[in-house]
Amino acid sequence: MKTINKDVIIVGGGPAGLAAALELYKQGIKDILILERETELGGILKQCIHDGFGLTRFKESYTGPEYAEKFIEKVKLLKIPYRTGSMVLSVSDEREVKVASREGLVLYRAKTVIMAMGCREKTRGALAIPGERPAGIYTAGVAQAYINLHNKMIGKNVIVLGSGDIGLIMARRLTLEGANVVAVFEIQPYPSGLNRNIEQCLNDYNIPLYLSHTVTNIHGKSRLKGVTVSKVDNEFQPIKGTEKYYETDTLVLSVGLIPENELSLSASVKLDLRTNGALVDTYFQTSVEGIFSVGNALHVHDLVDFVSLEAEKAALSVKRYLEQGQLPECDIVIKTDENIIYTVPQRLNKHDAGDLSFRVRKPMKNALLKVVQSGRLIYEESFKTIVPAEMKKIKLPRNVLEISEAVEVSLEC
Amino acid sequence: MYDVIIIGAGVVGSAIARELSRYQLKIGVLEKNLDVCNEGSGRNSAVIHGGFAYDPGSNKAKFCVEGCLGFKELAEELDIPFRQTGKVLVGNTEEDYQHLLKTIETGRVNGSIGLRMLDKEELANMLPSVIGEFAMYSPLSGIVDPFIYTIALAENATTNGVDYFFNQEVTSISRNSAHMHTIQTTKEVFETKWVINCAGLNCVAISEMLGIAGYEIGFTKGDYIVLDNKVGSLLPMPVYPVPSRTYMGIHVTPTIDGNVTVGPNANNVEDKSNYGVSKIHMDQLAEDAITLWPHIHKKDYIRNYAGIQPTWIDKEGLIKDYVIEVNDKYANVVNLIGIESPALTSAVPIARHVVGLISEKEDLKKNLEFNPSRKGIVKFSDQPDTVKASLIEKNPDYGEIVCRCEMVSKAEILEAIHNPLGVDTMLGIKYRTRAMMGRCQGGYCQMKIAAMIEEEKDKHVTELMHGRQNSNLFTGKVK
Repeated sequence: MKTINKDVIIVGGGPAGLAAALELYKQGIKDILILERETELGGILKQCIHDGFGLTRFKESYTGPEYAEKFIEKVKLLKIPYRTGSMVLSVSDEREVKVASREGLVLYRAKTVIMAMGCREKTRGALAIPGERPAGIYTAGVAQAYINLHNKMIGKNVIVLGSGDIGLIMARRLTLEGANVVAVFEIQPYPSGLNRNIEQCLNDYNIPLYLSHTVTNIHGKSRLKGVTVSKVDNEFQPIKGTEKYYETDTLVLSVGLIPENELSLSASVKLDLRTNGALVDTYFQTSVEGIFSVGNALHVHDLVDFVSLEAEKAALSVKRYLEQGQLPECDIVIKTDENIIYTVPQRLNKHDAGDLSFRVRKPMKNALLKVVQSGRLIYEESFKTIVPAEMKKIKLPRNVLEISEAVEVSLEC
Repeated sequence: MYDVIIIGAGVVGSAIARELSRYQLKIGVLEKNLDVCNEGSGRNSAVIHGGFAYDPGSNKAKFCVEGCLGFKELAEELDIPFRQTGKVLVGNTEEDYQHLLKTIETGRVNGSIGLRMLDKEELANMLPSVIGEFAMYSPLSGIVDPFIYTIALAENATTNGVDYFFNQEVTSISRNSAHMHTIQTTKEVFETKWVINCAGLNCVAISEMLGIAGYEIGFTKGDYIVLDNKVGSLLPMPVYPVPSRTYMGIHVTPTIDGNVTVGPNANNVEDKSNYGVSKIHMDQLAEDAITLWPHIHKKDYIRNYAGIQPTWIDKEGLIKDYVIEVNDKYANVVNLIGIESPALTSAVPIARHVVGLISEKEDLKKNLEFNPSRKGIVKFSDQPDTVKASLIEKNPDYGEIVCRCEMVSKAEILEAIHNPLGVDTMLGIKYRTRAMMGRCQGGYCQMKIAAMIEEEKDKHVTELMHGRQNSNLFTGKVK
């Protein structure tokens, strides 16, 4: 097997990987290689032909492919090395990256690895939705790929389960392609997707959204014939007597995304059970030295803009690591209260705490976020409204943490 | 004009097809589904049984022990994934203990080998994560991939001249005065001398079409949960509770690919084609099995499935023996009734027995060109790096990984699309390669595979099928 040394191997040529590569190059780190399993760079953006990308970062609205192209063009212009059609088979904790492609098997020995594999969709099996298993059940991303990339129409009468953003986008897309989208059902008492998507994808097309409802049975032996939908109680248990049968030939699932970290696990990277992404520190370094994690592989973002920004930031840490051979210690642990699902990073550096991303468990109004260390308030910020669909970010001031004690992050009304 | 038509392309039908292809016969297999192994043969625990659970002298005991003892050789001949893992029945009470001692004795009489008791310490050493006071250990039991096993039998039969017909449900059978049969299917008419009824759940309907009345079966459904292969390493062998006389109990079983299945329960059902799994049943399975093995967590669920067996019990509720009958009143018919577990283990011995019954009536001449061995699709992901590298060098399609979870290459998928049986459904490709079987369940690769079938088989998008008849994936092209 051919062995090649590299300063940086970037696993994944989606928005995170591309942004990290460009920033590294800008910083003078040029011994980089992006490894992409698809035949083109761009990741999931390739199939997101709707617009609304880039509003935060570029102050302009682009389609997914347009947003990706802004990065891909530069990568090509600067001749930043990348290999498409290259599947990473494994990454070791010694940062050996084994890759298969049509050209053969190659082992890269990297000083640093950036994990930017993105995420995958939760499936019917993972939710354990009961019922028969006919054709006609697609996750929203699969439906999107079939329609936008493969020119295949998936059905005529559609029900969407889950109000995640891709599900909402697909409700509109299917309507525009002539399908009848009967309704969107959401098990939570609030939508999972962004407000603007509820407006632009459902309300503008008169597609009803039923909250606190879920699919409790699936019918059909060959192609889907119908689904039973039930109301659920506060504990998400179906309420007897509320069952309603809907005739439908297509069920689209938009029920959550899971960071893809099989390769991180192969490298013994420790994961956070709350995010399903790597546990990282202020510098986006994982529990394994020299291995960094960014983008949706780290935690699921709702806007690609933040993916790019996060990856650029991580690139600066990678540069620092390459120059100094190590990064400052991050021994401050973060504890969260019951209103906060998670924070990223999960460990902080004393002098250089920086950005903290987090998500809330339930919608809250006039909420006050407090960061406390050893009883001392070090930061607070108030939020008018805050919803689980939206990832929030705060910026901790430099040198505010004086000791290595844990910090507590809490949110109250 | 056929010498023999076999109805049903499950594991038993396919084993009989292969055994008969050792002789100079024109053989056809009729199957209502679009592939082999679509019903009971693939919907079970995928365990090769040791043969200790059946009454001495019964067909089940005889065929199961014979099948178990010969399985390693069969697996090598057909190049199928089989692992002799051993298996335990775990008990806690004095009653359990006595039952297991009796089971060992039954096994000895049946000819099963190596059965013995494990005390608590031995059990803990062998299976640290299993909860129980003691266990019975059966070293010859094992696990198999039931799909590849049935596919291998069928492919080998085809190579040796057997014709498979899919999407052909038998609608009527008539017999003339010379005891020749005419079989009408949903598509064609077949003329044959012999008819072998291997219709599994539909055995009674076919039996009645053949004029043999008097059989009655019900249907018992068993549900299963499939767990992520992350927990697979915690379960080196199938772990069963102490069975009752009528039901083997909910068990946990490693699959040949490293997942774990939890199940089955047993519920009488009317609809023999509804394989849906209900939430209550899934919850019950987990609740029950967790007392044997504690690593069952919702976050590791990747799928669920159900199997349906014929309810083949007598008035006392005791499970009846296989019926394999040849009767002069109904000449040129082999009628198989109540073929349920352990049919996966027993298929080849059953097939040999059927050939024996036919040879009493026919002068069978050896097929000198018969080739017993079959080669499966080489799994790229299982190979050491040196072999991986040389595979890519010889055929770059091996370097193009299509399924990311199971790391299945384009070369394997192309080989599966061009399988000897001509099956081209998505499920057909899944069972042959494991693509779409992993934790993302085809989220990444199914689009590519659909496009490959479309191109390789020159199909219109509306002709692409998920698995069953009329399971169309697409309504057309996007405008």
